[in-house]
Amino acid sequence: MSTLSVRVWRSGPDIAAGGFETYEVPRLPAQTVLDVVTYIQRRIDPTLAYRFACRVGMCGSCAMTVNGKARWTCRTHVQAVAGDGALEIAPLARFPVIRDLVTDMREFFDKWTRAKGEFVPTATRGDAFAAVEPTSAARRAVDAAIECIGCGVCHASCDVVGWNPAYLGPAALNRAWTLVNDVRDGARTARLAAVAGDAGCHACHTHQSCTERCPKKLAPTASIAGLKRASAFAALAGEIE
Amino acid sequence: MMSAPRREALLWLAQRASAVVLALCVVVHLATMIVAVRGGLTAAEILARTRGSVGWTVFYAVFVLAVTIHAPIGVRTVLAESSGGHRRRLDAAMTAFALLLLAAGLRAVYAVTAG
Repeated sequence: MSTLSVRVWRSGPDIAAGGFETYEVPRLPAQTVLDVVTYIQRRIDPTLAYRFACRVGMCGSCAMTVNGKARWTCRTHVQAVAGDGALEIAPLARFPVIRDLVTDMREFFDKWTRAKGEFVPTATRGDAFAAVEPTSAARRAVDAAIECIGCGVCHASCDVVGWNPAYLGPAALNRAWTLVNDVRDGARTARLAAVAGDAGCHACHTHQSCTERCPKKLAPTASIAGLKRASAFAALAGEIE
Repeated sequence: MMSAPRREALLWLAQRASAVVLALCVVVHLATMIVAVRGGLTAAEILARTRGSVGWTVFYAVFVLAVTIHAPIGVRTVLAESSGGHRRRLDAAMTAFALLLLAAGLRAVYAVTAG
């Protein structure tokens, strides 16, 4: 049986200096990177900290940096990324690290709030059901972007997030775009003002790393382009003071 | 005083609009240079074309205006991202840069078209 030489990032409050440690893991057919991390934690070093939940590509909890790129480890076959036997696993980039492979997601979700990524209702239980035409351009735009589960891969892949820590980021802006296009929502103008600030949608340079890396095949770049247009025309029309 | 979202949205729009103007100006400018350089080029040749010409005066004045709008907005972003991301702090310096480009550009247009 052949083995895999795996470098894994170790760091934490009780470790003086973070660094990569190497582990030898038995190589198995159809092995995923999450299988490898789980093997290390259960059979070699129980102090290794990492996150996962569904392990079948639905929850987004297991996102890590694998050989330099942000990916879902449960959906990454070792064969696909470590053909030559070299595997390096690190926490998601551009997130504060709590320990080992676990990152602090609080700022990521705080940015969703700052981008006004929550629905603001206008109707009451006394009103008729909202009629949302599924084939309308607005609803198609929402449907194309609504499946985000907040895994953080886009945020970890974004160059602008690296250069401008306050940048709202592709996930928060993508969510805001789905609400801007929601005909039931009552806060369009306030939301456009929220996404157009100093570290908002206009900071995006259309590098499209987010779109390239999104495991749900979403296109945050397209959503952000939509926000740029919508906020620019809103400013011209005097809707944004 | 304008709010940050309004300012950023309008600056972005100005950047895009001036880019369209620049795209046209650059194509005309490049085509002119390629045609003019054939068989050699002298200062006298250039000035014979531009001196006293309303067309060239307008063209290059528009070119200078487009650059004055486009370049400082872009440099503002580049400088901000190289230094932690704060755009607002650069506004005064970028306004000064814009005025410099305007003055130098229009002076050059005057130099080749007046007389």
